[in-house]
Amino acid sequence: MSKASDVLFAPLFKDNPIALQVLGICSALAVTSKLYPTLIMCVALTATITLSSFFISLIRNFIPNNIRIIVQMTIISSLVIIVDQLLKAYDYETSKTLSVFVGLIITNCIVMGRAEAYAMQNGPAMSALDGFGNGLGYSLILIIVGSIRELIGSGQLLGYQILHMTTDGGWYVPNNFFLLPPASFLIIGLFIWALRVWKKEQIEVPEFSMKQNAPKEIKVEHA
Amino acid sequence: MQNKDSIKNTLFIGLGLCLVCAAVISFIAVGLKQLQKQNIIIDQQKKIVAAANLESFYGSVPNAYNSIEEIVIDLDTGNFTDLNPEEYDLSKELQDNSKYISLSSSEDIATIKVRENFSKVFLEYRDGDLNTVILPVRGYGLWGILYGYLAISKDLNTIVGLEFYEHKETPGLGAEIDNPAWKALWNGKKLFDEEGNLLIKVIKGKVTVNEANSNYKVDGLSGATLTSNGVTNLLAFWLGELGYLKFLSNLKEEVSNV
Repeated sequence: MSKASDVLFAPLFKDNPIALQVLGICSALAVTSKLYPTLIMCVALTATITLSSFFISLIRNFIPNNIRIIVQMTIISSLVIIVDQLLKAYDYETSKTLSVFVGLIITNCIVMGRAEAYAMQNGPAMSALDGFGNGLGYSLILIIVGSIRELIGSGQLLGYQILHMTTDGGWYVPNNFFLLPPASFLIIGLFIWALRVWKKEQIEVPEFSMKQNAPKEIKVEHA
Repeated sequence: MQNKDSIKNTLFIGLGLCLVCAAVISFIAVGLKQLQKQNIIIDQQKKIVAAANLESFYGSVPNAYNSIEEIVIDLDTGNFTDLNPEEYDLSKELQDNSKYISLSSSEDIATIKVRENFSKVFLEYRDGDLNTVILPVRGYGLWGILYGYLAISKDLNTIVGLEFYEHKETPGLGAEIDNPAWKALWNGKKLFDEEGNLLIKVIKGKVTVNEANSNYKVDGLSGATLTSNGVTNLLAFWLGELGYLKFLSNLKEEVSNV
């Protein structure tokens, strides 16, 4: 694989920001109860991370070391404000659903992480590609979580009724648990599990090992 | 750059970046302001039109809204005022302590703490006659205040619709107040009985046809008792003495005099 395509596609499965690095979970829990806002969130984050990586990389040789995090934050938050403003102007309904979570992209560890880990050391074009790739990796998980939650939680996809609900005289009893944020934990957990069965190298070395159970003979008996 | 860590460069980059970012954001914010304001207004109009179920009659939201007159009323006297409705903003009213009253705990059925003295209401006229009255209402649900519009038909006793435009209720449970099937239940329900007692309420479970006063009852939201109670409470408050009761009785006199 060439370097560019590696940078772009590695974050999808090999080095997924949510599944492997377990970053950016907060918004993955919060905005995924319906697929449409999820998609908008994915676009918003991908745009932010691509542009922020690009701009940070562009001025990386001028950024004084002492204030580099502040400089990164300034660029990221400016971009997030712009995204938020655009959303309020062109998709008001969705911006109401996403509410504070667009603003919270600023604190999304994936964006900061890529700026600090990649964009500070690499050229603008590659950094933008890396940001875009990580945006895709984030989007992949969010779309999977969003689809499952909307389908099981309300029997719909993108607002179209797929499963006929009992409330409308159908057969499907929606599982309300999937409309609540903790459901994302479950889905992300299962996804990480599946991914690590497929790509064994992602399994981490355990930090400690469980002690063997005590042998059966040494049962303490109270008479 | 050798001296990129010098104090001079640190200040230069810090200030320069802030200026550039501030300039870009300001340009974009100012450029989009008109569009955003428009969106907020359209969004409110959509909800008002939806509460009164006017879109099908007039064909479109802007058409429907053209038939609506905005009027600021005095809640204490129940009279119209000549305050400019375009300048009315509820959040500003609630910041100026001469423009609201604090509610004692016995008065505060809807748990809203304060009530504004002036309220902006919406009247829909059809062929010159009053057809629908749309009243802004609010009250505490489970997680926060529910903001909505209650539309009442010209007999001032029959509900046309109830539409919430802002709430923080749980998706799938309390947030089902946005479910079209549930909202449709409100149409045709009555508010007051012959003696003028307010009976409308959201009950627990489903309303059966043969039940006494079934006209005054709406199905509860399953799994969302507190939200359902919140809706009952906010209706009780806003249709009560401290709410629109005086305004509605004034309006009733006016309508019957014509």
